[in-house]
Amino acid sequence: MRLTLLNVIVAVVIAIGFAALNAAYLVWAERRGAARIQRRPGPNINGPFGLLQPPLDGIKLMAKQLTIPGGADKVLFIAAPVLAMFPAIMSFVTIPFSETIVAKNMNVGVLMIFAFASMGGMSLVFAGWSSRNKYAMMSSVRAVSQAVAYEIPMLITTITVVMISGSMDLMEIVRQQSGSILHWNIFPLLGNSHNILMPMSFLIFFTCTLAETNRAPFDLGEAESELVAGFHTEYGSMGFGLFFMGEYANIVIGSCMTTILFLGGWNAPLPFLGFIPGVFWFLLKLYLLIATFIWIRWTFPRTTIYGLLNLSWKILIPLSLFNLLFTAGLIKVF
Amino acid sequence: MVTYFSEIYHGLISLFIGMAITFKEFFKPTVTVAYPYETLTMCDRYRGHTELIENEEGKPNCVVCGLCEKACPSGCITLAGEKPEGEKKKVLTTYILDFTRCSLCGSCVESCNFNALTFSKEYNLASTRKEDFIFDLLKRLEERNK
Ligand code: SF4
Ligand code: SF4
Repeated sequence: MRLTLLNVIVAVVIAIGFAALNAAYLVWAERRGAARIQRRPGPNINGPFGLLQPPLDGIKLMAKQLTIPGGADKVLFIAAPVLAMFPAIMSFVTIPFSETIVAKNMNVGVLMIFAFASMGGMSLVFAGWSSRNKYAMMSSVRAVSQAVAYEIPMLITTITVVMISGSMDLMEIVRQQSGSILHWNIFPLLGNSHNILMPMSFLIFFTCTLAETNRAPFDLGEAESELVAGFHTEYGSMGFGLFFMGEYANIVIGSCMTTILFLGGWNAPLPFLGFIPGVFWFLLKLYLLIATFIWIRWTFPRTTIYGLLNLSWKILIPLSLFNLLFTAGLIKVF
Repeated sequence: MVTYFSEIYHGLISLFIGMAITFKEFFKPTVTVAYPYETLTMCDRYRGHTELIENEEGKPNCVVCGLCEKACPSGCITLAGEKPEGEKKKVLTTYILDFTRCSLCGSCVESCNFNALTFSKEYNLASTRKEDFIFDLLKRLEERNK
């Protein structure tokens, strides 16, 4: 596909639409799921099954006034929520939903997604810094140490996968996992990894995705019990709305990446199911992962900041480094 | 080294156990009700504000002995009665409960020897005005009988 102005605009509009729709309805799914786990019905008044709740919430947020606290750094204060949303939307451009549904495939897709993902962390820092609020400030300090701690094992694990595939092209990584469920990178046997430690890598990557998106049990940046609402304490109206949507858009991106790197992207789990379009399998895996995100959030309490950093520096980084070396050795031998 | 790995292992297992529990809870029926639309019946021992018990004719059982008034540690109860012409017993004319000070201790209910006083099951009591919590129990009894 040639890169013309028209199809760039179309791709971006579709990406924004997809991200916004997902963000809105994941909030609904989250609230319904949380409610079921806690044995309540959840939002069920507006529309069937409460399906009109997200648009109504959106209207409410948009109708509110956006206040900027006195003494705040205005430019950064306004830039932060935009920065929370924009990397996630940009990342959608290179995510392949199937063999054909991809806005712009790049041969450095992995690199691009991680480059944008690291910008997402900046929005927390900007928001916390510019709010002129001590809770927001503490939250952004935490967010920085968390982002540093979890980006490392995540990148090391990604490098492991890239080494196995020999490519940074997301489509190529998925293509190499075609065949059956046993060819996926998460399972070591038939694929080209032959590495029995890959399920562990999957767990490491998934944990880091949870931490990178600031989801419970790693939501120390928000920590309502200690920091009011963390970095978005001072945000109301759509400023808050954008942070909220950004969080869910990031969850979608994180799950997309997990699907692509470990779960075979759009490939069907069994060869004879190949007649079903790839996009179905991709979305199925994607939403199963997202459901797991929600499930985890409502199962575990928030960790402490020490627990969080210990987990990363003492467990995830050594294990992922070990797996990197192990994989390199295996590639050399076979 | 062994403790390091066993800690990771046991930690990981405990996470999966937790997730299994929430997974099971997910499929169980809900236990809450949509409050303003549905309400639960209160349990037998629930203590709402006190109310008068009536006899078969719909008149209060109270004989105006005043024991409950004396028993109340907070002085919430103000009652009065009169003896109409030709009747033997006194008849209750006012029974005011100042619920703003009532601690639901139950002394009044206990002290009544004539089965005239009990706790109601009323819990929908919200108001912005103090006067709304000064109950005229006699009037409430009449309203109940309407
Ligand atoms: S419950 Fe206790 S405080 Fe309330 S009216 Fe009766 S005696 Fe007084
Ligand atoms: S103790 Fe019973 S009978 Fe006596 S005044 Fe109080 S409610 Fe009436």
